[in-house]
Amino acid sequence: MATATTTPPPGRNDITPPKGSSPSRAGDRIFLGLSRGSGITLLVIMAAIAVFLTYRAVLAISKDEGNFLTTSEWNPAGSPPVFGIAVLAFGTIVSSIIAMVIAVPIAIGIALFISHYAPRKLAAPLAYVVDLLAAVPSIIYGLWGAIFLVPYLDGLNKWLDQYMGWTYIFDKSGEGVARNLFTVGILLAIMILPIITNVTREVFLQVPRMHEEAALALGATRWEVIRMSVLPFGRSGIISASMLGLGRALGETMAVAVVLSPSFIISGHLLDPGGGTFAQNIAAKFNEADEFGRDALIASGLVLFVITLLVNGAARWIIARRKEYSGANA
Amino acid sequence: MKLHRKTGLRATALGALVVSGALVLTACGSDENVSPDGTKKTGAASNIKCDGAKGQLLAAGSTAQKNAMDLWVKNFQAACAGVEVNYQAIGSGGGITKFNQGQVAFAGSDSALKEDEVAESQKICKGGKGINLPMVGGPVAIGYKLDGVDNLILDAPTIAKIFSSKITKWNDPAIAKLNPGVSLPDVAIQAFHRSDESGTTQNLGKYLSEAAAADWKFDPKTKSWPAPGGQAANGSSGVAAAVKDTNGAIGYFELSYATANKISTVKLNTGAAQPVEATTENASKAIAAAKIKGTGNDLALSLDYKTKAEGAYPIILVTYEIACDKGNKAETLPTLKAFLNYTASEEGQKVLSDAGYAPLPAEIAAKVREIVPTLS
Repeated sequence: MATATTTPPPGRNDITPPKGSSPSRAGDRIFLGLSRGSGITLLVIMAAIAVFLTYRAVLAISKDEGNFLTTSEWNPAGSPPVFGIAVLAFGTIVSSIIAMVIAVPIAIGIALFISHYAPRKLAAPLAYVVDLLAAVPSIIYGLWGAIFLVPYLDGLNKWLDQYMGWTYIFDKSGEGVARNLFTVGILLAIMILPIITNVTREVFLQVPRMHEEAALALGATRWEVIRMSVLPFGRSGIISASMLGLGRALGETMAVAVVLSPSFIISGHLLDPGGGTFAQNIAAKFNEADEFGRDALIASGLVLFVITLLVNGAARWIIARRKEYSGANA
Repeated sequence: MKLHRKTGLRATALGALVVSGALVLTACGSDENVSPDGTKKTGAASNIKCDGAKGQLLAAGSTAQKNAMDLWVKNFQAACAGVEVNYQAIGSGGGITKFNQGQVAFAGSDSALKEDEVAESQKICKGGKGINLPMVGGPVAIGYKLDGVDNLILDAPTIAKIFSSKITKWNDPAIAKLNPGVSLPDVAIQAFHRSDESGTTQNLGKYLSEAAAADWKFDPKTKSWPAPGGQAANGSSGVAAAVKDTNGAIGYFELSYATANKISTVKLNTGAAQPVEATTENASKAIAAAKIKGTGNDLALSLDYKTKAEGAYPIILVTYEIACDKGNKAETLPTLKAFLNYTASEEGQKVLSDAGYAPLPAEIAAKVREIVPTLS
């Protein structure tokens, strides 16, 4: 590290610190220590979480009579205890995919509108309202979903069943209120909209003026400017924004727990009540669970932890591949 | 970014307006589920004996007895100055866990301690073990919403078939047979159950597997909903709200939720001469048919779900207070004894029916009153 503190960064020769001045070196060392300490603390905390989850999970899984990954049942209090995460993994992923399919295009649309189309008087309050949406606690979304959204989606569900029933996923097998994975997906879409919109909007505002002006000078329309300069420039930003949103959708707890009518069945019929997510299942079962049941829930939490890590890893890999579009090269 | 700065002030003002508006609106809300007259019975703290009670008494457990606890705590604290009883309604499982870790003086639970939990409690109760003291009973009402029908009679096998999706229409012959003269509409039945784990679910399951053994073959001990089909909602309040909003719905919850939401409840055909309504009085009559299965000072009850006694409503929930028979912590023991003395007393039990609970039958209450003073 000594090299980093003594040799000035390349290209900044004009602001070389006075040589041999010990106070600045001490300051550097303190700052180095602080930042290194912070980094190490973070790693230690993460490792502690991972160790705790793994330890409790192993306690539970070693006594599981079913296959932890493929069993569609959750009965750790039974004798013998049988539990598995198949339904939870399916429900978590399916509801997140629905949320992403709905939220990403809308978020890009809102971001484009705010950054490129809206009159300035409208843009700022609109951006502010989107920010406020992110600050609403998830339990409020849950209550709103259960009391307002569910009854109103009844009609949409019936319509989808009638005209889109041939698609299998929209085939509804019976009467019932809209407490299904589809509704959860819509609710999650609303919840992840602000974060995707905000990050995307920031990225769109970073597009170099020169790019846009050059395109305009060549006679491009506003849409062509967006298609040729804004969207390609912002692509990695959109992906990372979407991944942030996906991270929230995967782990959402209370809103899903209040809205979903869970059952331990894997069903592709999205409009039928059923399914479940990791976080929802933990919220619903934790209170009444005994010690072993809690370990089992922690084991399911470990799987969510791993899925989230994989998603983030995948996002980083995609962004790294598209480095040519990132702001550094503009 | 420039946009931000220009209209930032105006946007802040708008945001402040929205937030303060929301605050004003939430201030009007209320999540209490105590019957309107239940909360007002506070005064008259006449016969509560404080007996050296002092300081803070921590307890945790069943949400089913939360409303009863709230009333008791209020009355007890009003009578005994300087005493604070803190009951956290975190669920029976959580309560037992906290009790066995020594964090609380007693736990509230919807079901008696299991063997391994008793074994574990011996670490905390030095020289003794955890015992179950029945304290609050209550009817689990089967609520329904069916336009045009305000008097519905069902029996255990029909309820089992409805909740396991074997009967799917309200005009099913099995229901019609129990309700002669009632015109039942051709409406689909939407059966609601709890989506979270619950002692209420467990007690309904126990009832159905005994009173309708042929039609309910699921594990009676499970706290999560075992049957296929139907829909779920979170908590008793969620089920009650869903039933209230949906035509053709049927669901189960503690009686107080039915009263508070004005939901019609099913009358049970138990085999007695008259169908039985879900009332606190009728629930007490059914608890009176219970037998004590615990040994020594343990008063775990075995409920008689098949009772045919006149006016006995058998879908009942009994919640226990779990404390150490010996080896309670010295500093909280006087408060613990004084508080449980009060809750088990005639006066304490009398408060219950105001909140939608069933007082313990005299015989069982007398046994509890004998045991509480022997705690040490």
